[in-house]
Amino acid sequence: MRKQDRSTRRQFLGLAGGAAVLGAVPVVTLRPAEATPATLAAAIRNVVGTATVRTGKVKLDVPPLVENGNTVPMTVSVASPMTPDDYVKSIHVFNEKNPQPNIGNFYLGPRVGRAQVSTRIRLADSQKIVAIAHLADGSFWSVSVDVVVTLAACADEVI
Amino acid sequence: MTSALINVPAKAKRGDIIEIKTLMSHIMETGYRRTATGEVVPRDIITSFSCRYNGIEVFRADLFPAIAANPFITFFTVATESGKFDFEWIGDKGFSETASASITVE
Repeated sequence: MRKQDRSTRRQFLGLAGGAAVLGAVPVVTLRPAEATPATLAAAIRNVVGTATVRTGKVKLDVPPLVENGNTVPMTVSVASPMTPDDYVKSIHVFNEKNPQPNIGNFYLGPRVGRAQVSTRIRLADSQKIVAIAHLADGSFWSVSVDVVVTLAACADEVI
Repeated sequence: MTSALINVPAKAKRGDIIEIKTLMSHIMETGYRRTATGEVVPRDIITSFSCRYNGIEVFRADLFPAIAANPFITFFTVATESGKFDFEWIGDKGFSETASASITVE
């Protein structure tokens, strides 16, 4: 009697384990289209046009190691006096491997006082994030940050 | 029922740079997820956010599916005069919400 109980428990555990493995397989194999470095470059070209983008002035604060890609705190700031003559017009944030290359466009002006914006973003994979600032004099400045994500955001998720 | 949370200082000195925090309750469905039967869940996101200070736009943002659910946005502005901040969120499926906050500048 006791022996039989144990065997059914073992069978049950075996079945449950098998089901879990079967359930996990489609999640791993379903890979949707993702933004490639080429689409990232195209999205950046859309914003900057033919202007050259220099590195510097922009600071992008994102945790280097992210546990949950569904909500990642992000702060972008630009070194700018924010006076009526010298201010940040806009900040554009891009990613490399989400299904879409854009994350957000933020339009500022001299009345903002401090060129800094924070929000929470989604990251579908470990990847590079690029922030570009458009200054009042027409110049573009950029920074890029690499982020490692252990649990990816929604893109692969089956609900 | 408004689902926005706004944090604006009630008082400020003229010329101070103040921080404004906003949160709007929204699912921000990306349009890339699928149901168990393989159908794509249609996109439903907030696409635009703006903040006007006494009627003049001081901050605006275009949002994409890469913004996390319940968009939380913080930014700064210079306290120039007493008055009102008007916030507006516009999104897919006719989503439109507004909120406002007032400030006293001394």
